[in-house]
Formats: sequence, structure tokens, C-alpha cells
Amino acid sequence: MINKIVDNIEKALEGVESNMTFMFGGFGLSGIPENAIASLSQKEIFGLTCISNNAGVDDFGLGLLLQRKQIKKMISSYVGENAEFERQMLSGELEVDLIPQGSLAERCRAAGAGIPAFFTPAGYGTEVAQGKEVREYNGKPHILETALSADFAFVKAWKGDTTGNLIFKGTARNFNPLMAMAGKITVAEVEELVPAGDLDPNQIHTPGIFVQRIFQGAKYEKRIEQRTVRTKK
Amino acid sequence: MALDKNQIAQRIAQELEHNTYVNLGIGIPTLVANYIPKGIDIEFQSENGVLGMGPFPFEGDEDPDLINAGKQTITTLDGAALFDSSTSFAMIRGQHVQLTVLGAMEVSENGDIANWKIPGKMVKGMGGAMDLVASADNIIVAMMHTNRAGESKILKKCTLPITGVNCVKKVVTNLAVLEVTEKGFKLLERAPGVSIEKIKNATEAKLIIEGEVPEMNI
Repeated sequence: MINKIVDNIEKALEGVESNMTFMFGGFGLSGIPENAIASLSQKEIFGLTCISNNAGVDDFGLGLLLQRKQIKKMISSYVGENAEFERQMLSGELEVDLIPQGSLAERCRAAGAGIPAFFTPAGYGTEVAQGKEVREYNGKPHILETALSADFAFVKAWKGDTTGNLIFKGTARNFNPLMAMAGKITVAEVEELVPAGDLDPNQIHTPGIFVQRIFQGAKYEKRIEQRTVRTKK
Repeated sequence: MALDKNQIAQRIAQELEHNTYVNLGIGIPTLVANYIPKGIDIEFQSENGVLGMGPFPFEGDEDPDLINAGKQTITTLDGAALFDSSTSFAMIRGQHVQLTVLGAMEVSENGDIANWKIPGKMVKGMGGAMDLVASADNIIVAMMHTNRAGESKILKKCTLPITGVNCVKKVVTNLAVLEVTEKGFKLLERAPGVSIEKIKNATEAKLIIEGEVPEMNI
């Protein structure tokens, strides 16, 4: 089997440079590549374009890269939980491209699947459609959206094996499998790394072909953004 | 009496059809799950990747790997399924999810909805709202009839950047149930004890009123 293991996070991040485009899996703070983000926030790389559904919170997730002003442009669907983000956006320091969540997911998937563009009804008649080709299919107007790829995609899975196969847990799957497909170099970090053969091939969510480097994260905080509970009666 | 948020949710719950898949937005729509009528089987979809979403977990059972699209901790019910964001929006865009309930800042009489941006003030993004409103067969808006300044949110034309065109089918507010027809908003029901006059005064758009307008059954 092809071995994707890297010895440490430094090796995993080898080749990252200023002005590159990065993708980050995760929804809110769930399923984000915590270790890669923390390590990137220690590096002297700036002018980054980051594609991620959200932008973290002030002191966690992509908020760490924002604090150090490493990000030049964010491509996201929802960014409402981060005061520093808002400040940088309103002051014009940060360029922001907001796109519909389903289009974001599909644009990543399309890049990984070799589809350069597709038509979707989402966003027709809104600001999102400005400058985009419109075509009618089945009597309904659609807009042309193009694929999104990245120099590096950083994803996080629950379990992975040495050949790069990934299994996700719960709703921490979200954008991770799609971004794994769209990265020129996809770096997967996992909670548990096992030898090839230990994972049931029937249960694999992301086949190892989409993963170039894999490592086990040193630790996971897994912060909860909105803790909602019910009380036992 | 005008309805409170829970009563708006309760009225919307009467629209739920047996054996359907439903996506509930953040805010009042989330409360709809508390009022599913007896004998009606519904599966709730959350666009971050879960079908068969259950109630909030008991204290101590919260799982950071199990949240809804509002980033709240949730549970799954027996028969639930988990999937990635692309599959999730395939369910939405492909019209497999039959009903979407969401909040709004404005709705116009041709069914346009604005709920994602106030230029210069609130720029958080549309999340999944644009995909949802562009595709769902049935879209019900849950909102207060007027904004905090007392201005009508039921308009001839939206003033804020729109989320989708020609898509809202019904609006349930604290004052009324309105249907979006080809000719504009039709007043279907009024909140208990709320007069047609009061609804008219709170509505900028023209209202189509035909015959007796019954009170909501809450």
C-alpha cells in the first residue's frame, strides 16, 4: 500500500508559503483541523486566501490566523461568530467572498471530480449572481458557478489509516471529504491513526487517493460553540 | 392577542405533512419541532449533515461532533443518517427535502425573501439559506409582522438584499397567516382577537381579503 504517513506536523505542512490558497474542513468549530491551524498560526506566512465554511471564533480555529493578519481573503458562507473578522472586513483589511453554503460544498467537490463549472439555482436574482452566466433549465433560471481548488486542503477525520483512508464521526464530516478531493496537497489529521487493514473498507468515507499526507493530531480541544441541553425530568 | 414566538411555531406545525422531510432554520423555526401534531411522522434535516435530528442532549451528553446548522449540540433519533455537505445540499437542491421553514427580515408580495444582509450593519453571510430558498418546493416564513422600529416586514418590494426570488409560499407572523398568490398576499387567518384593521395597519403590502377571515386555531 502507498504510505501517506508523515512523522510530524512540520513535515505535514512542508511547502506552505505566503499568498497560497488553503482549504479548511469543518462546520463552525466542529471537525476543524485544529492541529494544522494552530501550527500554521505560528508560521511567518501571510497573504493567504482561505476557503472555509466559517471563520472560527476570536481565539480558536481560523480566528488564530486572523489575529495575526495572515489571511488576505476569506471565502465562506457564514462568518457571524468572530468580532476580529468583522473588524478587519469593515475596515477593508480583509477581502471577503460570501457564497451560498451548498454552492461552496459543490464547488469543492466539482474541483476534485474534474468538473470545472456547473449551474445551480442558488443565488439567482441576488448579489451572488452578479456577473455570472444565467441559463434556464426546466423552466427555471440557474447561475454558473466555477470549481474551487486549493494549494493545500487541511481536513480532520476521526480515524485514518496509513494509506490515507478516512472515517469521520457525527456531523464533523461536513466539508472535510469535499475539500480533501479539492486540494493539490491534502493534509489529513486524525484522532486515531491505525495500520492499513485495520479499517473496514466498507466503512471508509474518504478513500486514501484523495489524501497526500496523514498524521495523528497531538491533541484535540473540540470546543463546543453553542452548548444546548435539556434537563432530565 | 398577537402570538408569541412559540405560538407562531405551533401554528406552523399545523402545516407539517405526514412522512415528510423538513429543514428548520434558526430562531422561531427551530421551535416548530416542539409542536409536531400526533400521528404525523417527520424527519428533520440539518444542512450541516444530519437527517433524523433529535432534541438537545441531556446535560453531560453533549458531543462536539454532533451539532446542527446553528452549531447547537443535538442528538440523533433511531434511523438517523449522517453525511457530508455536498450530499446534504443534494437533498435540498434535488428537492428531496419537502419543506423549509425559515425566518426573514422582509418578504415581498411576489414571494421574494430577504434575510441575510443589512448593508453596512450586519454582514454575516447567507449560510445555506440561498440554496434552501432556491430549491424547496414549499417554503414557509416564520417571523414577527413588524420590525423593532414598528415597520412592516410584509412589503410590496424588499428593500434589503434578497436571498431568493419568487419562492415563499406562506408567511406566519404574530398577527396573521398569509399566502403568497400570483396577485399578492392573501390574508388566510388572523391571530385570535386581532382585527383585520390592525393587520392592514401593520402591513405595507396590499392584502387580498376574501370573505370571512377566520382566527388561527392555537
